[in-house]
This record gives sequence, structure tokens and C-alpha cells, in this order.
Amino acid sequence: MGTSVFYFVATLSVFFALMVVFAKNPIHSVLYLILTFFTFTVHYVLLNAQFLAVVNFIVYMGAIMVLFLFVLMLLNLNKENEPNKSALLRIVGVIAGGCLVVTLIGSLKSVAITSPLVLKNPSLGLVENLGKELFGKFMLPFELSSLLLLSAMVGAVLLTKKEEKTNG
Amino acid sequence: MEIDFVIEKFILVTAIFAISLLIAMYSTYAERKVAAFLQDRLGPDRAGPFGILQPLADGVKMFMKEEIIPANANKWLFMIGPGLAMLCACIGTAVIPWGQDMMVGDRLVKLQVTDINVGLLYIFGVISLGVYGVMIGGWASNNKYSLLSSIRAASQNISYEIAMGLSIIALLLVTNSLSLREIVAQQHGWHWNVLYQPLGFIIFMVCAFAETNRAPFDLPECEAELNGGYTIEYSSMKLGFYLFAEYINMFVSSTVMAALYFGGYNYPGMDYMATLLGPTWAPLFGTAIFFLKIFAFIFFFMWVRWTIPRFRYDQLMNLGWKGLIPLAIANIIITGIVIAIVNKF
Repeated sequence: MGTSVFYFVATLSVFFALMVVFAKNPIHSVLYLILTFFTFTVHYVLLNAQFLAVVNFIVYMGAIMVLFLFVLMLLNLNKENEPNKSALLRIVGVIAGGCLVVTLIGSLKSVAITSPLVLKNPSLGLVENLGKELFGKFMLPFELSSLLLLSAMVGAVLLTKKEEKTNG
Repeated sequence: MEIDFVIEKFILVTAIFAISLLIAMYSTYAERKVAAFLQDRLGPDRAGPFGILQPLADGVKMFMKEEIIPANANKWLFMIGPGLAMLCACIGTAVIPWGQDMMVGDRLVKLQVTDINVGLLYIFGVISLGVYGVMIGGWASNNKYSLLSSIRAASQNISYEIAMGLSIIALLLVTNSLSLREIVAQQHGWHWNVLYQPLGFIIFMVCAFAETNRAPFDLPECEAELNGGYTIEYSSMKLGFYLFAEYINMFVSSTVMAALYFGGYNYPGMDYMATLLGPTWAPLFGTAIFFLKIFAFIFFFMWVRWTIPRFRYDQLMNLGWKGLIPLAIANIIITGIVIAIVNKF
């Protein structure tokens, strides 16, 4: 049963991800992206990683995508003010995208696993175990990544401050 | 998965769903009566004795009204908006423990639909998802007032979510668990979390007001500036869904506050009552106490609405970012220090 659910949800993820690219309206794109993230949440639940699932739910669906939607609604993008795409740009885009696909397939093929991976501890994704791992074995990288986030935050605040000065 | 398990959960889900709809329905009546009481009026008193059938009359009116979808609206999203608002409002109650385990005959019945070990985060996620109904509906209406309203809703929701999350972190330091079942069970008797986290509770409550778009934070739907905001193009039952979802949200956040901070089904002297009433009726008595707490919170929501005037938008942002967030961080630090000292000695 687990496998069939996985294939069903995986098909949905791919479908919604494609719709993100093909949707004409940017707001529709964002809404499809939200649905894609929702299917990812289901994937996490299937992997028994409840904490990651719910964090993905809160952070990506509940916060980041709300911001995306917020910005797009403010910008009000539509057909009229879309920049003209010349034929040359399209050809270049297709070639670059094709190269990316080939590289990705090639790199994924080299790490393809034939036998299914079995975790030693299947309940690793539960919040208690995850916390012990993060604050025990991976303490230093975890804290360093928080520094990275802090620097990004300070940078963002600094950018808005600079703009204020030039605007008078 | 035996069949009686499925039947048990089915009955529980149906009962909770029906009760939340019923409470939301009578909240509309209670709101008018409370408003009337606070303003020294009578309130609705025509439909039935004391106007008790008023919500039914309102519902029938909503269904009978003409359904209008604006010509330039995005038809599908326009319909999805109210549905999403209703869905997000209704799924929050799934992880609430309504009472202690109850003996029915010789069967132990859990008065909780599901106990996932990240229950608290689940509720938080559902709350943060609630804004999509407003945003999608407001955008799809193709109206400038609705668009402004959905942008306001989004920024308000994100700002207050941060403070709410931080106040929950302080609570977690005290409870050491994310499972709502455990959090409520820990508050046995009078050990309510509000005694350990008074500041956290106040922050959480203010944020809950903001997240449910209730006065004094009802900026997305303020009638003076935005003509009603995101509901401006909605008519008939779609409008009804938006209004109704707000009352269900109010019920859900009252429930969450009562469960997290005010002990849920726990009350002083519950052990004595348990020996007095036996294992079938004592949990139900606890559930009744829980509902009394919830009704007290719902009354408080209404009381505030008719007491405090609406915030201005910059005041709202100032309160959220410069008031509540630093306060919540200070609360976490103080809680951490106190716990460290208590554990040491």
C-alpha cells in the first residue's frame, strides 16, 4: 500500500511542478508551487519524518509561500508588462535547460541504488530523535547554519537601510 | 484496524464536527446578544423565544440570496477561496484531547481523534494556512479593495505568526512535549500552564486575536477603509462561509488556548470527582468543564471586540514587531534561565 501511495503522490508532485512552469499567470504558478510543497509534506509523512513534514508545512507552505504570493500580488504582473522574449533567448533557454537535464540525469544515474535503503532506526524522523541528533552529533554544523541565517537577515536589513538614504 | 475502532473514530469526528459547527452558529447569536448587552440594547429577539432561532433564520437567508460571481473575477479561485477558509478552520480540532480516557461498558475510549507527536506544530501549521482562503479569495475577486485586504491579511498573519511561534517555544520549555495529549495531561488538577507562563499566554492570546482577524486586529475586513475588504464581491453562501469560518476559527483558538494554558479538561478536585462519578461520567464532566473554559474565551473575544477600537495599520505592525517579538524572546530567555536554576537546585 505504501508504494502505491508513494507513486500516486509522486505523480502529483511532478504534475504540479510542471504546472508551476507552464502556468501563464504568475499567481497560478505560486498556487501550484504551494500544492507541490504540500505533496512534499505527504512524502515526508510517508517516510515517517513527522517533524520535517510539519516544519515543511509551516515554513514553506505557511510562511514563505505567503510571502511569495504577497509580493506577486503587489507587483500585479500580467501579459502587458511582460518583457519581450526574442527567439534567440528562447533557443538559448532550451539549450541551457537541455544541458541541465542531461547533467542531472547523468549524475543521478551514477548514484542510482538498486537495492532499497533501510534505515537502522526507522523512527529517526520523530522529533525527539531528530533533536538528539541535531544537538548532539551535528551540534557545530547546526549552530553554524544558524549564523549563516543571521548574516542573511542582517544583510537584508542593511539593504533596505541603504535604499532609504539614497531616496532621501 | 478493527471495525469498532473505525466506528469509534467516525462517531468522534462527526460529533466534533457537528459541535464546532453548532458552536460557531450560536456564536453569531451570542455575538449579537453580547453586543446588545454591552451597548444596553435588547439584541435579536424575534425568531423564537429570546431570538434563539436567529442563526437558523440567518442561515436560510444566506442560502436563499442570489449568487453573484463578478464578470472579471477568476472563477475557480473565487470559489476555492471560501472553501479553503472553511477547510482550514475545520481541520484544526483533530488533535485536541477533549477529555480523559472514558470507559464505555468495558471499552476504553480516547476522546481525541488522533494523537500525533507533533500535535502542537500541526495546529500552528493549520493556523498559518488559514490566511490562504482570504488571500486567494481577495485576489480572485479582481477588486482593489479586496486586493488591499488580502495583502494586509498576509502581512498581518506572517508578522504575528512569529511572535506566536516564539511564545509556543517558551511553553515547550515548560512542557517538554509537542503532543497535545501530554501537554494537557501534565496540567492535572490546578497545575495549569498559565501559572508558569503568564507572559507567554498574553502574547499567545494577542497573536490569536490577530490570526483570527478579530477586532481589534480586523484590518483585512475593516469597513471604514476597505468597504469590508476581501468579502466585498462575495454574496450568498460564499460570504456566509467566510463569516462562518471566522467563528469556527474563534472556537478553535479558544479551544487551543484553554487546552495549552488553562488545563483543558483538568480542574481542581478532579481526583475526588473521579472517585465520585466513576470512569464513565467523570471524563465527561471534565469535557464539560473544558467547554465552559472555551465559552469563557469566546465571550472574552466578543467582549474585546466591543471594548477596544481597531488598530491603525502602522500601530499593528509596531505592536507585532517592536512589542510582541522582543517580549516573546525575553520570555524564552527568562524561562530558560529559571528552568536551568530550578533543575540545578
